[in-house]
Amino acid sequence: MPLPNAAGIGYKPQHYKDLMDTPAPVQWLEIHAENYMGAGGRPLAQLRHLSERFPISVHGVGLSIGGEAPLDTDHLARLKQLCDGLNPFSFSEHLAWSTHDSGYFNDLLPLPYTDATLDRVCTHIDQLQEALGWQMLLENPSSYLAFDESTWSEPDFLREIAARTGCGLLLDVNNVFVSAVNLGFNPIDYIAAFPTENVGEIHLGGHDEDMDDDGAPLLIDSHGREVADPVWALLMHVLRATGPRPLLIEWDTDVPEWPVLRDEAQRAANALAAIRMVVA
Amino acid sequence: MSNTLKLAAFAGAVATAMAGSVAHAEAKEKCYGVAMAGENGCAAGPGTTCAGTSKVDYQGNAWSLVDAGTCMSIELPAMADDSERKGALEPLTRDIPS
Amino acid sequence: MTQSTFISALLHPDAPVPDGLSDGKGRPAGRRFAVYRNNVAVSLTEALQAGFPATYRILGDANFNTIAGGYLRASPPSNPMIHAYGDGFDRYLAGIAPLADMPWLPDLAALELALRHAYHAADGIPLPADALARTAPAKLPALHLHLAPATQVICTPHPLLSIRAQALGMPRPEDTGEVLIARPAYDPVAIPLPVGAAPFIKALCHMPLGPAMEAATEGTDLTTTLALLFQNEALIQPEKTA
Repeated sequence: MPLPNAAGIGYKPQHYKDLMDTPAPVQWLEIHAENYMGAGGRPLAQLRHLSERFPISVHGVGLSIGGEAPLDTDHLARLKQLCDGLNPFSFSEHLAWSTHDSGYFNDLLPLPYTDATLDRVCTHIDQLQEALGWQMLLENPSSYLAFDESTWSEPDFLREIAARTGCGLLLDVNNVFVSAVNLGFNPIDYIAAFPTENVGEIHLGGHDEDMDDDGAPLLIDSHGREVADPVWALLMHVLRATGPRPLLIEWDTDVPEWPVLRDEAQRAANALAAIRMVVA
Repeated sequence: MSNTLKLAAFAGAVATAMAGSVAHAEAKEKCYGVAMAGENGCAAGPGTTCAGTSKVDYQGNAWSLVDAGTCMSIELPAMADDSERKGALEPLTRDIPS
Repeated sequence: MTQSTFISALLHPDAPVPDGLSDGKGRPAGRRFAVYRNNVAVSLTEALQAGFPATYRILGDANFNTIAGGYLRASPPSNPMIHAYGDGFDRYLAGIAPLADMPWLPDLAALELALRHAYHAADGIPLPADALARTAPAKLPALHLHLAPATQVICTPHPLLSIRAQALGMPRPEDTGEVLIARPAYDPVAIPLPVGAAPFIKALCHMPLGPAMEAATEGTDLTTTLALLFQNEALIQPEKTA
């Protein structure tokens, strides 16, 4: 069953009671898979109760799909165990890597877009989809730098991955905006080149502003504040191409009180309502 | 007194020792408690490009304490059985039954 | 560029930014690379701060972060579950010479690890408080008591509970050198055990109640010990064999 084309939020345990009592306008939740891979206790108990009320999307942050190393089969098994028990509405992961022979580095590290990395990513996605037994969504990253060796544009790279593996795409609109500012491309061109027909979910989050060595703006994908106005504007542009889609607010650092997050989710719900008017 | 009788008396004593224990809340209520921190996320760090690059000497043994935290003022209490308060670091004997 | 090259530069703050990285407009990446350095170092440091709150309070932000910086480079997480990161941090602390005048610090870190282990341990159905009273007296000696997966026992020459309580601003318990880690419902507790309770609890892992009591040190307060185990849901019902 697909996620509803409605507003969702990234689940934070401090909002458990609010979500159980007065969730509107939030209609679905996304969890980070790795936080629910313990043997038991409160995290899994909360998840069981939440899943009785909300469609759950499992969002992996540690599988290292873009890694040179083979997928960690132990981790894949943990993921499968979580998904088999939970039967989530969706599973998504990132176009990034985090695991190396020497350890797990707890960040979404970038990869060059070449024929070789394309093959590797597709192999890993095939392996993952086969293990889980369903289609996954792959998310576009936030970029802070570019690789000279890249021969593919990011939208073309993602389009080719979707075509080869049958995976869907998770379009993070804030990531597009952050990367566009950081690398100096036009986000409208990016969306025009993006295979919007494959988009199964959309992410929104807040970013921080910093500067690079030359004093040029460098945006950081902090998920620590409200979604910026130009990102809301870019969202409407995206929604005109995709139509209504499951729309998630991510707020992971400096997590606010429930009313603030609820207002952000309401704004997302309003955006979906607005696009339904336009489409109708 | 036989072992069996001792144990029966003992079972009663344990029950007495527990009298007055608070009844437990419903399972859903227990879920409301705080989470122990330390989670995975997919956000970038706290908006600075410098914290990870500060030129600190990462060799643990070459490192010296700065006078910060509560470490300089912590007052070591005696143990209930008045055993040593300080002493050589002994290997921790820890048992995690499974 | 290989990912090994990327990681190597990531972990060494003085290393140059790898070649072949730019700002997308033809200029070298420069401190843009530091975003990744920062994310890795800061996120793992914060994970350790969260996992070892008393150790963190005692050392203070500057000292703790310096030690964490060394540890995360020497022992990055071995798997992607950040809630489990820090296994071995106690042993790492034991090897840091300037901490020698705090010989109890590694044990404190081990206690904090045990609490986290308990938080994420598998669930079990607690043994009801009247389980002993309901067992026929003749069957008590052969009764097997099963410890919950969260239950652990720590023996230490140091007054860890007082130190932890002082660091976290909690009421001070009486230290006995023996600590019970258990998880009533979902919140782990660390509580002092009567002296001699630890070997008795360990004995319960592999022998029934009668022999375990016989083997206990003379004078150990087993009544209080068992009451504590029941009250803190440290005992569970055996798994049913259908």
